[in-house]
Amino acid sequence: MAATASPASLDSAPRIMRLVAECSRSRARAGELRLPHGLVATPVFMPVGTQATMKGITAEQLDALGCRICLGNTYHLGLRPGPELIQKAHGLHGFMNWPHNLLTDSGGFQMVSLVSLSEVTEEGVRFRSPYDGDETLLSPEKSVQIQNALGSDIIMQLDDVVSSTVTGPRVEEAMYRSIRWLDRCIAAHRQPDKQNLFAIIQGGLDADLRATCLEEMTKRDVPGFAIGGLSGGESKAQFWKMVALSTSRLPKDKPRYLMGVGYATDLVVCVALGCDMFDCVFPTRTARFGSALVPTGNLQLKKKLFEKDFGPIDPECTCPTCQKHSRAFLHALLHSDNTAALHHLTVHNIAYQLQLMSAMRASIVEKRFPEFVRSFMGTMYGDPTLCPTWATEALASVGITLD
Amino acid sequence: SLRSVSVWGVGGRVEMTVSKFMAIQQALQPDWFQCLSDGEASCEETTSMKRARKSVDRSLLFLDNCLRLQEESEVLQKSVIIGVIEGGDVMEERLRSARETAKRPVGGFLLDGFQGNPTTLDTRLHLLSSVTAELPEDKPRLVSGVSRPDEVLECIERGVDLFESFFPYQVTERGCALTFSFDYQPNPEETLLQQNGTQEEIKCVDQIKKIKTTGCNQEMTSFEINLKEKKYQEDFNPLVRECSCYCCKNHTRAYIHHLLVTNELLAGVLLMMHNFEHYFGFFHSIREALKSDRLAQLKELIHKQVS
Repeated sequence: MAATASPASLDSAPRIMRLVAECSRSRARAGELRLPHGLVATPVFMPVGTQATMKGITAEQLDALGCRICLGNTYHLGLRPGPELIQKAHGLHGFMNWPHNLLTDSGGFQMVSLVSLSEVTEEGVRFRSPYDGDETLLSPEKSVQIQNALGSDIIMQLDDVVSSTVTGPRVEEAMYRSIRWLDRCIAAHRQPDKQNLFAIIQGGLDADLRATCLEEMTKRDVPGFAIGGLSGGESKAQFWKMVALSTSRLPKDKPRYLMGVGYATDLVVCVALGCDMFDCVFPTRTARFGSALVPTGNLQLKKKLFEKDFGPIDPECTCPTCQKHSRAFLHALLHSDNTAALHHLTVHNIAYQLQLMSAMRASIVEKRFPEFVRSFMGTMYGDPTLCPTWATEALASVGITLD
Repeated sequence: SLRSVSVWGVGGRVEMTVSKFMAIQQALQPDWFQCLSDGEASCEETTSMKRARKSVDRSLLFLDNCLRLQEESEVLQKSVIIGVIEGGDVMEERLRSARETAKRPVGGFLLDGFQGNPTTLDTRLHLLSSVTAELPEDKPRLVSGVSRPDEVLECIERGVDLFESFFPYQVTERGCALTFSFDYQPNPEETLLQQNGTQEEIKCVDQIKKIKTTGCNQEMTSFEINLKEKKYQEDFNPLVRECSCYCCKNHTRAYIHHLLVTNELLAGVLLMMHNFEHYFGFFHSIREALKSDRLAQLKELIHKQVS
């Protein structure tokens, strides 16, 4: 079934990305996004604040860490508190009092994560609300309508998402449907001058399907592209190949947003492969389990070995948690009934992610990105050559060797 | 027992002897510390004369031993011991405890056994006055377990200086925000606004609502509003107008309501900031009222808000 190639109803979409530097070996780029709520340096990691809040930390704390863009979730916010209320509150920015940029996803991912509560048709996704049993239809038009009410700076198309572990005709169906839904989203979008609608490339782990999707979607003149349908249960070997295929066919002058990626190693490799934007719940979620992210991996601070460790999580980290508190203190807090440790760790883990992206960006600008990658892998794995095979292969494919 | 007090902690029961207790103080190096005492008499509904006498005797013994150990400790030279007044409900024993403790070189006094439900304090107010009358003017008096605004004022009138701030914490835990007024000198414009019902906090509440929260089966008071209530869903006002806390300067009742309904951690963070600021503001107004001899006015205002 061929996709109907309806021309975009937009005039030439604004170029929101300015390239500042490019790695001469790999596909890594350093850039700047020009968004309604300010500039965002890329590559960028976007923390996820699902329900109009960043899991216990204030807007002021998030701002102080240097975050200039974070995520809200259309599915959740669409249910509670709902788009009408948020519109009355002057949009999501006004409701949560966040002065910088917001990206909202379309609600599509919940199709996969809440699959027992949803049903997909050409019309849209039918959800049964877990709160009151009510049925809602999330169509491309409805998703855009909600996101228009939310007023986020970047909005995502509603895509037909299938888990990366699914094979067979469903993957192809979802890919073509996503193209049709992209066109419906573009047509329904009321505020193209205030909100940037991104397309989402699907096609699962099938190179041909993905290539088709890339070819079709890049005909639509949207301000940016996301690479979707990955970061599920697929093998890393398949994962990186799909990312590399996607970045090789996406326009250079538009941002590439790789959805759901957040482990440090994955971030470094995918920057090398040419991605600019990332989001993931991992750093904030793992904080709430007492895990602190460090250049060598992570520290499980609940463990007894930290009981009398009076150093900070990371002596090189400039976040407030590392400036003020010791591992021993956090360990004690984690064993009390006080939730304070979770806040401290959330602050640190977000800081870790943002500092990692900054460091990568600086190395790209200063033309030493390959050295950065080698050094990063060395610290993380003890020796650059001990880096996981998939990562070594992915880096090699773009000209970065680790020995 | 004569030599120790049983304390139950995370690891189980601990026999807290004087030496163990002082060893902990040496490690903590506090500026002030409450002395080990026998408060069992205060836990019971009615105390027997015998039990009250024992609690006073033991507490004085603990105090003398702790003072002796403090003298021998270099690390604790800068720390100040607070003597604990015991004696249950027995006036004679309370007075004895006060007089004897006052003879020791303590830096302040903690009046134990006045905590409990509101009626507990009421019946013991007379006791409280009698005890503070025996204490030196130039040393601070602390009371534990009293934190509600109306109870705080009753204790201040009877000579107490320091209180614990667990009340704002309890309010936060039940998803509520302190909104009671302590502005006993409002400007005329403000009074007019209040009379027009813009701020409902001034109105007396007829019912006390019971809210079950984790570990906090306290009833909601009329000093607060419950942000979980549906009426706050679209209320874009701050918790308290003119409050300068981070929450009131940056967020709305509607947002807090949303955070509570969605079980988000930030709800507690923002509410705690507000509740502390409000509570400390109340204490500031107490100090100002005392300085200008207007405590009665403040008390009247607070009592208007007790349901």
